[in-house]
Order: sequence, then C-alpha cells, then structure tokens
Amino acid sequence: MFGPLTVNPVKSKGSKTGSWRTLLRPHYLHKNCIACKMCAMICPEDCVSGKEKNAFLVDYNYCKGCGVCADICPKKDIEMVSEESKSEDK
Amino acid sequence: MENNPLFRSGHTACAGCGQAIAARLVIEASGANTIIANNTGCLEVFTTKYPDTAWGVPWIHSLFENSAAVASGIEAALIYLGKKDTTNVIAQGGDGSTGDIGLQALSGMLERGHDILYVCYDNEAYMNTGVQRSGLTPFDTNTTTSPSGARSSGNIRPKKPVPEICNAHGIPYVATASAGFPQDLTRKVKKAVSIKGPKYIQIHVPCPLGWRHETNQMLPVAKLAVETGLYPLFEYENGVLASRKQIAPKPVEEYLKSQGRFKHLLNNPEEIKKIQEIADNNIKKYNLKVEA
Amino acid sequence: MKEFVEGSHAIAEIIKAVQPGVISAYPITPQTHIVEDLAQMVSNGELKSQFVNVESEHSAASVVLGGSATGVRVYTATSSQGLFYMQEVVFNIAGMRLPVVMTCANRAVSAPINIWNDQQDSISLRDAGWIQIYAEDNQEAVDFHLIAYRLAEDKRVMLPVMVCMDGFILTHGMETVDIPEQEKVNKFLPNYNPLYKLDPAHPISMGLLADPDYYMEARFAIQETMKESIGYLSEISQEFNAAFGRDYKDLLVEEYQTKDAEKVIVAMGSVCGTIKEVVDEQRAKGKKVGLLRIISYRPFPYARIYEALKDVPRVAVLDKAVSLGAYAPIAVEIKAAFYGKKKGPKVISSFVGGLGGRDITLESVHEVFRRLTAKEVNSDFIDLKPELLKEEYGE
Repeated sequence: MFGPLTVNPVKSKGSKTGSWRTLLRPHYLHKNCIACKMCAMICPEDCVSGKEKNAFLVDYNYCKGCGVCADICPKKDIEMVSEESKSEDK
Repeated sequence: MENNPLFRSGHTACAGCGQAIAARLVIEASGANTIIANNTGCLEVFTTKYPDTAWGVPWIHSLFENSAAVASGIEAALIYLGKKDTTNVIAQGGDGSTGDIGLQALSGMLERGHDILYVCYDNEAYMNTGVQRSGLTPFDTNTTTSPSGARSSGNIRPKKPVPEICNAHGIPYVATASAGFPQDLTRKVKKAVSIKGPKYIQIHVPCPLGWRHETNQMLPVAKLAVETGLYPLFEYENGVLASRKQIAPKPVEEYLKSQGRFKHLLNNPEEIKKIQEIADNNIKKYNLKVEA
Repeated sequence: MKEFVEGSHAIAEIIKAVQPGVISAYPITPQTHIVEDLAQMVSNGELKSQFVNVESEHSAASVVLGGSATGVRVYTATSSQGLFYMQEVVFNIAGMRLPVVMTCANRAVSAPINIWNDQQDSISLRDAGWIQIYAEDNQEAVDFHLIAYRLAEDKRVMLPVMVCMDGFILTHGMETVDIPEQEKVNKFLPNYNPLYKLDPAHPISMGLLADPDYYMEARFAIQETMKESIGYLSEISQEFNAAFGRDYKDLLVEEYQTKDAEKVIVAMGSVCGTIKEVVDEQRAKGKKVGLLRIISYRPFPYARIYEALKDVPRVAVLDKAVSLGAYAPIAVEIKAAFYGKKKGPKVISSFVGGLGGRDITLESVHEVFRRLTAKEVNSDFIDLKPELLKEEYGE
C-alpha cells in the first residue's frame, strides 16, 4: 500500500537550499563575537550553529543568504559578501 | 536544537521569511512534547513537501481552515489516552486561515475551552496564493486583489482585530508578538503553554515577497510596525490587559516607506494621515507611549 | 440482547459497545437522536468517550480526523447538508487513510429544504474514498456499524466507512433489535492499534503536500484498496456471522428471488423491505419477480451483480437519488456492469422515486414492475403529481 503519505523527520533529507543563494553570503568575521547567539536564534533556516565566542558556523548547504543574521549581530561581526568572493568560509 | 532539531534546515521558505523564523521560535519554545495541527498555507507548503518534512515534532496538516478543530480532536484523544498533561497541542495558520476562513473553527475551539495554543502567523495577506487581500490586511495596503489605482488607494478596510475577538471569548491568555522581537516572542509562547485552557498568540511576520522589502530588512520592518504603534504588542490575561510593549512612537511614514506595498501612499499626505490616526488610536487604546 | 428500541438508540448502543475515544457531532435532523443518546451515556458515565460538541459539521469531521490521527477510535454522525458541509473533510479523511466510522442518516438535500428521506446526500459523496454500506433495517444498521469498525481498522484497508441508514424510516423507527453483547464485541473488534499516529515519542508528519511525482500513486492505492475491500467485506461478514449468529451472505448484495426471475428490481436501503413484500405477493401469484439489493455502494460489486442478473431479461433500477442531467446513480453502475459482456438483461430501465420523503408504497413498487416493459426508460420518475407540474413559476 502506498500511502498514507507520512514522513519520519529522521529520514527527511530536505532540499539543499544553499543553491538558492545568488548574490550575497554571510561571512562570519570571528573577531568581536560575544556568543550572544542572536544569529543562530534569528536564522530562518536553522543553519547557524555554535556555542563559543568567534566559533559560530553557517551551513552553506542551506543558507539562502537572506542577511538577517548580519543585520541582527550587535557587534557587526557578520558581513554580507558577494557570492563570487572566495572567503575562508565554505 | 543540535541533535534533534524541532524545525530543521532544508525547508523551502523564501529567503528572509519572517514566518519561518517565528515558526521555529514557537516550536523551540514549546518543546519536543508538542503536537502541531497546521492549516494550509505557506508554512505548510514550505515545510512538508513529500517526502521531506522540517518538523521534528508530530505534525499534521488537514485543510485550509480546520487546524483549530483538528487540534481539538487531538486534544480530546490525548485526554482519553491520559497523555494531555504531558503534551502541548498547538494549532497554527496564517492570517487568512485564522481570521477569515478559519475564524469559525477557531471560535469553536476557544469557546469549548480546549487546552490548545493557537498561533496565527500574521503576514497580512494571502501570500501562498500570490498576495491577495485578507481580513487582516492593513488599511490602504496594495495587494493583488486590493490594488491601488486612480480610484483606490488600496485595501479599503482596517485590519480585523482578531486578538480582541479571541479575548472576547473570555480565554485565559491572548498575546500579540513580532518576529522582530524574538525573545519577547519566545517568552510569550513559553508562558502560553504553561497556562491550561485555550490560548491565542498572533505574530507579526514580515513577508519580503508580499511586502516588497529586501530580505535583510526583515527585522527593521517588523520593529517599525511595533514602534509606530501600528502593531501593538500586548498580553491579555483572563481578559485584563496585563502587559504592553511601550514605545516612543515614530511617525507611520517611516514604516510605510520601508515597503513596496505602501509605496503608492508616499505622496498622499491625506492617506498617511488616516494611517497615523490608526496608530494613534492603538497608542491610546493600549497606552503604548513611554512615560516621560 | 434483544430490545424493542428506536433505530437511533440501537445505533447509540452499538457505538457505546465499540467504545470510541472521541465522539464529535453537530446536530442535524434526523441524526440527532443518535448523538443525544451518546451524550447521555457519556454524561451518565456509562461511556468513557470524549464527546466534543462542535460549532459545525466541518469541525465535527475535523475533530474526529484529529482524534483518529492521534491513534484513538472515533465516531461521528450526520445527514444531508451536514454531510455536504463536511464534504471537504470527508475526502481528506479518506486521503489520509484514517479509519473513521460515520453514520449517515440519509436525507434529501436543499433546495427546497426538506428533512425527509432519500439518498442524495451520501450518494453525492460516492467518490470520496469512503466505503459506503446501506442498511435495510435496524438490525443491519447495528451490525453494519460493528463490521464497519472492523473493516476500517483492518491494516489491509485503513479507509473510513460510512454506514448509511434511511432517515426517519430507520433512525426513528421502532424495531426489535439484537444488540451484540459487550464481551462478544470486544472479541470481534480488538483494541485499535494504529500503524501511524501523532505521538511525540515517535514524531511523524502527516498530511503532506504531494506534487505530481507522488499524488497519483496515493490515489491509485486507495482505488486498489477499494477493489480489494470487496473480498474483505465478504470475509469479515462471515466472521461476524460466526460470532453473532447472523446470516449475511456477504455485505455486497442480497439476492431475493432472483434465480429464475424474469423481472428484477435493483434498489438500496429500507425500501427493499417494501419491495420484498411485493415480490412475495407476486411470487404467490406465480409471477417470476425478484429483488437485488445493493448493500455496498462503494466499493461497487460489479462482478457479484453480473452473476446475479446475467440471466434476468428485465431489470428495473430504483434510485432514491438523481444525478441531475444524467442517468440515475445506481442505474449507471448497473448498466456499466453489463457493458461489453456476453450475457445480461435485454432491458435495464431506470426509475427515480422517494425523493424528499415521498413514500414508496406497495403500489409504487407495482408501478415499477408495470413500467418495466420491453421499452427501456431512463430516470423515469414514479409517483409524480402531474397537477403540480402544471403550475407556473411565480404564481
């Protein structure tokens, strides 16, 4: 029997929405971070992780480049950079 | 969050979606022991396209307008199973599915006294179908079914006061919140789920596509709505205004010029005046002004 | 235990015995007595269900949908406009493969508004993905509910079942009914143990968006299950006979004096009692007439009908519903059962009667047999009042 259509979240892979980014990507400077976690809290993709200062990471497989994390960062420690510019981020 | 996310990456919301942020904050505040019933709408579509799901909690979508009733059945079943005390039930939907087509089901859920938190993600139009006007679309908004033109400056009616309608049901908790104030939102959800009975939270969630602002402007736009008095943040507890976010009111023009949906108003002082009156009334009604 | 009771009360008794966790309903005539009796049972503490009094049928169906998805047995009942108002949810329940059981107290639909019996309501929802079985009397109505739960919750099925009983005629009719005993019910119908449910210990998502890559297969699966359910209906009715001492051949059709019949009426529901009386009377006079009663309208038992009617020269299909602008609903199916087949009736005539509660009397049945001639007729209304048809609009 096919159906009902139910999905176990453990098995769900999701879409690699990082491919949507066309213009800008967040570049975490890791200079003045105070680990307030606002970037992780506000990310609509739940793709920012980290606990310690200057150690927050973005999963670019999912980041759509909306820029809200850079906007909320109280220390201006996140910059939006052009997608072409190859930073140390991957 | 790290090991078993309750709202995970890989969903297909637009970049900078205010509803995605709010929905994640809501479920993280409520926790893993939650069952969600979700109306049809953007949130449903972008989180649960088979065979994927963004939800780490039990989640069900039935129809556009019936999440409050489906949640009522879930709650009744949990009571029957003796599991209600350990499980939160959330019904949720957008502004149209809550305040228009789903208002009857919502009212029934509130009146019957179910122990359910209803969350309305208010992006002020039918975004999933392409930005059509809803009952919660603000006055003078340009949408695809309330377009501005030679004889119209947009939506002809003010926003339907759904939080007030819910409060009139005599329920223990009603609150408004905003994606622009995430900690406040989290606090309200945690408080709501700690209260037994029907609860209603309406969250203002910017929609970059429908409101026509840059994706990174999600927070400033949401904040301006609150800071002008156009989207007052308050809590009712047992019918009494228990808190409100006080503001030093900014002119509504600042909010209007931040979004394309109000662009047609910017050279129309008469209409701006009418909108300023709406804000002023809110400021008076909820006593929003910071005391000097 | 045998009781002389109203049909609605008998239904409430059997629902009490199946012990649903959640019951939800909105009042509509002639369904009300069923849910009133259940509400009283809950109030008395005889029944442990959660009884949810909703603000509409749309929500009644949504509440039982939510309850069923949470893994408990559920029940609702409605009629006519109520069924139409919940239509959207009715389709949804089937698509989500939830084993909801509902009573439809068959009633005419508006306009004109009319609270009396015909079968337009449930027949109009034939494509919803619900198994639909129609009772002839209140004993059947009781038994069919028990069988409905067993069938719906069968892991091979997982489809909702609508038990249809003619409004007023059955719901408000007094008959002696044997209500199955609790112990036997428990044995026949084990506790509901769902394959999937909303449970924080094992979170799943239900009711997902299926794009063109997936939608067709989900619908195809229901269609296949429907076809297979023809066999399960027979199988479960045999088990039911053994457990409760009844004599159902299957729950597909009943053949009454059809073997050597020259004229057979095909019908569904309580009117079959009247038709049987006419058949008996005619048979006593040596006339070879019979009745083929449809019990399962969905799934529709084409093969059984073919076997039952293939040697009958003339068949009259008596519908208590119309498909306005087309052949009557059951007539279409009967004709389809013989299309392209070698054998079959020379005449399949279609009659419509009993709409909006107009009595189908013994004389009405005689009239159908009389009009069943060599000349085939379609959607021929019986018992019409020609004098009313002459009245002009607006007078």
